[in-house]
Amino acid sequence: MIKQERMVVTNQQEIAHHIFELTVQGGLTGEMKAPGQFVHVRVADSFEPLLRRPISVASIDFESNQFTMIYRAEGRGTTLLSEKKAGDTVDILGPLGNGFPVEQAKQKAYLIGGGIGVPPLYELAKELNAKGIETVHILGFESKGAVFYEDKFRALGDTHIATVDGSHGTQGFVTHILNELPKDFDTYYSCGPTPMLEAVQWAYPEKQGFLSYEQRMGCGIGACFACVCRTTKSETDYIKVCSDGPVFPAGVVIS
Amino acid sequence: MTNLNVQLPGLNLKNPIMPASGCFGFGKEYSQLYDLSALGAIMIKATTVETRLGNPTPRVAETASGMLNAIGLQNPGLQKVLGEELPRLEQYDVPIIANVAGTTTEDYVEVAKAISESPNVHALEINISCPNVKQGGITFGTDPDIARELTRAVKDVSSVPVYIKLSPNVTDIVSIAKAVEEGGADGITMINTLLGMRLDAKTGRPVIANITGGLSGPAVKPVALRMVYEVRKQTDLPIIGMGGVADVNDVIDFLSAGANAVAVGTANFVNPFVCPEIIGQLPERLHELGYESIEELVGRSHRL
Repeated sequence: MIKQERMVVTNQQEIAHHIFELTVQGGLTGEMKAPGQFVHVRVADSFEPLLRRPISVASIDFESNQFTMIYRAEGRGTTLLSEKKAGDTVDILGPLGNGFPVEQAKQKAYLIGGGIGVPPLYELAKELNAKGIETVHILGFESKGAVFYEDKFRALGDTHIATVDGSHGTQGFVTHILNELPKDFDTYYSCGPTPMLEAVQWAYPEKQGFLSYEQRMGCGIGACFACVCRTTKSETDYIKVCSDGPVFPAGVVIS
Repeated sequence: MTNLNVQLPGLNLKNPIMPASGCFGFGKEYSQLYDLSALGAIMIKATTVETRLGNPTPRVAETASGMLNAIGLQNPGLQKVLGEELPRLEQYDVPIIANVAGTTTEDYVEVAKAISESPNVHALEINISCPNVKQGGITFGTDPDIARELTRAVKDVSSVPVYIKLSPNVTDIVSIAKAVEEGGADGITMINTLLGMRLDAKTGRPVIANITGGLSGPAVKPVALRMVYEVRKQTDLPIIGMGGVADVNDVIDFLSAGANAVAVGTANFVNPFVCPEIIGQLPERLHELGYESIEELVGRSHRL
């Protein structure tokens, strides 16, 4: 169930260049159903900035009732959020949207992420591993300074890093790594910029895949029709990234 | 006991608070969050004869204390609204105000006639003020003669009272209000969004695909309040006021300026529970101000 809660910040730190890891505690955590769901965060108590910011969930700890978000502080809103400290509270609406279907993987899954699309893949990797699914992680970043969670992913499975400027791992995009890897997996999961998602779909037309999309959002719950996309499923209707997604099976979204 | 009840043509409101059209869909999403029967009424999303896909994305952009939108009247079309959306809302004890849009007078008449016959539609809100469609919409709301004639045409076919939604994108909103009154309107809802735009600082390109969009949110409240005040001075028609309402004090302001009821729009996106929260706070706020009913407070700024 969707809740709105003033959650308590238990930790916030900058884990890469302009990339912040924010952990909050509260009952809303218990409502999380699947990795890949997101929360809608109000960054200020005033109406400036006005709208909430959709932020993905990187890990969930049901025992301590905490979850961790990772986001890039680049605009006014996320910069304000990055100033929150342990003990502060933050107004969070969630969990929102449909996450990755963990049960669809059979034996081995590729998790392919780009930049700020990487975070939800971490909780996904944890849950897949807990079910005995082997995970391989292919993660792309701008540069070495923007890389985060590499060790955490390595602890869960084979991990490959690409950076656009070549300062760490393979130079180029995740697709350059994918070209070199065997196709011995049954399911792929991906989150990142739309061109990357397109490229991943093209790379594996024969595989079962699930893609998490980003769109500019208003309400986050499906009421405002801001975050719509065309779909292969209907010529007369849109799908909404916030409430129909953000995760869709490959081939559904026309981008 | 504070009395929140408000009687308006077609509408017996248990309280004066309702979500504004376009900010609440057809209620489905918010019904997962709270019991919609708590609301005074619901203004459902604009309905047109045919399915409308609306405008390309990006459709929204944040601005200082506000937002621009150019959704473009995306809706499933009259038949689906009649067959699915309105019946689903029948489970709630709440009157529906159906927002009617179109590109021609015939469109408005067709939707108004059919939708006004739905059992839970207690009033129509005629959208002559949408700034985000290429034809119709705002063109009906910026010329008094056209607004009067459209009001007449819709009044002729509607089985329920007709409220006209006014555009703030005019030089003299009072003249439009007077015109729709002459056309037989039972009430006025105001204001729709203010036309605006935002540019990308790097490229100079408009952020919204439609180039311009409608500005809403706390940024527009002073304009909306001024317009409600001016229109109230010149007409006795019931007014449902809206524009940047985000908390209980905003509601008090609109009632004071002469609105009989108040709609909450963009604030639903920021706090989806804003309507029931305001409804819960209203009795105490009224009491603090020394009023025992909504009706006592309405228009008090004109009696000072």
